[in-house]
Amino acid sequence: MNFPILTIMIWSGMLIYWANDEYRITLFGHTYFMFFPQWFYDKLNIPHRLAEGMAFHFLFMWFFVLNGVLYVLYTIISGEWRELLPQKKSFKEAWLVLLHDLHIRKMAPPQNKYNAAQRIAYTAIIVMGLGSVITGLAIYKPVQFYYLTWLCGGYHLARIFHFALTIGYVLFFVIHIVQVILAGWNNFRSVISGFEVINEEPKPIIETNTPSDENPAK
Amino acid sequence: MKSQSQLLKLIHQVMKTPLSKKTKLTKKPLTVEQKITRRNFISFGTFIVFGSAAYGGWKWLYNSPEETATVTAGARKPLRKALNKTELAFRRIFSNNNLVKTYPKEMAAKNVRHNSDIGSGGKIDTAAWRLQVKKQSGEVLNISIDEIKKLPKTDIIYDFKCVEGWDQISHWGGVKFSDFISHYKLDDHAQLEYVGMETPDKNYYVGIDMPSAMHPQTLLAYEVNEQPLPPKHGAPLRLIIPVKYGIKNLKRIGSISFSNDRPRDYWAEQGYDYYSGL
Repeated sequence: MNFPILTIMIWSGMLIYWANDEYRITLFGHTYFMFFPQWFYDKLNIPHRLAEGMAFHFLFMWFFVLNGVLYVLYTIISGEWRELLPQKKSFKEAWLVLLHDLHIRKMAPPQNKYNAAQRIAYTAIIVMGLGSVITGLAIYKPVQFYYLTWLCGGYHLARIFHFALTIGYVLFFVIHIVQVILAGWNNFRSVISGFEVINEEPKPIIETNTPSDENPAK
Repeated sequence: MKSQSQLLKLIHQVMKTPLSKKTKLTKKPLTVEQKITRRNFISFGTFIVFGSAAYGGWKWLYNSPEETATVTAGARKPLRKALNKTELAFRRIFSNNNLVKTYPKEMAAKNVRHNSDIGSGGKIDTAAWRLQVKKQSGEVLNISIDEIKKLPKTDIIYDFKCVEGWDQISHWGGVKFSDFISHYKLDDHAQLEYVGMETPDKNYYVGIDMPSAMHPQTLLAYEVNEQPLPPKHGAPLRLIIPVKYGIKNLKRIGSISFSNDRPRDYWAEQGYDYYSGL
């Protein structure tokens, strides 16, 4: 759900951003980095599609919000939030998880369904989503939602935050994909089907046992 | 006929078999492997079905036909529908109490950005110019710029916002549209849903919903930075409507009309949102 909606929001967002692509990293009058070079725009057929981009953006914003609200409601009703919210120890542990994932440290701290780094990441992405909605509304209706624009530190800052959050999603996505690939097929299967990785582990034990052992297990 | 009855028999058999075997199955439960394959089959099936549905939905939307050209044009049919529905949702929160942020005079740009000349290119004889107000009765008021300048003046220094994404703090002076309405006793016209404005050559035109037009910060402006408007900023009179994007801020007003239907709108005909409100 998230991936297609986010992709469409980012793509249509770029159609809009192209009309006034002013964000770049400039130090002492020298531009070091423009976010999107011309070939990138051309390749993705971005230029001169502002009206189209806005039309898509302002339709899919509803799905973006709806999807987020439903997901949060689901985690609350199902009690999943207990697995997802960072705990006090999570921040310390997340560092250890990072070291482990980078193969600097051998042992990963014990975890439940999600490890400390995941807890932080998956909670952060919800906060980011909320941030995108708030900064988005602050740019979209800066007069009617003047208090949101004020909260974001004005129209310009709101636009920069909105942009930065998008870059954040892309980074999140890249790390996420790398992690999924590293975690392997079994893990991906569990993501789709919903049962946990632990379910896979008893399998070899049963395989090594004789079939007669299955009956008492029932 | 024969084959049909055979088929029925076959179906009957197939239907029967799981029932008769069910009792056996409960005795011999599914192995863990079987459970896993079954659940995987169901969940991956669902994943693929939803995935293709999403892809199909996207293809349908992306290739959907363009709307038939009316006051709006140039957008995909379903997207235009969505824009109009979204407008209705956001018009609910529109209020005259929500004001555009204003700034001190020093912050106003000295060089006011100029983006387009459609409908306001070339020179204009401001002394000969008249603002035509088309009343419902068919009567047309012809108002000179000097008459407008005699009305109570309002200044506003605010952040002008373009749909392209740029914005600029600028300083405008003129008469509030609502003051103009009450001075020329057009209050009954202000009960209608929309105001339409066009340039004298009718090459640029906008339609504006009445609540936005009657917003206390909407001006018929004749000054920028306390000087009479230069031709490129819409001399002698232009619309400054801070609750809308720049595309609605028509330069060089030639005529004003009132209606319950949406008046034609230049950029709404190019695929942009009709409302374009802020």
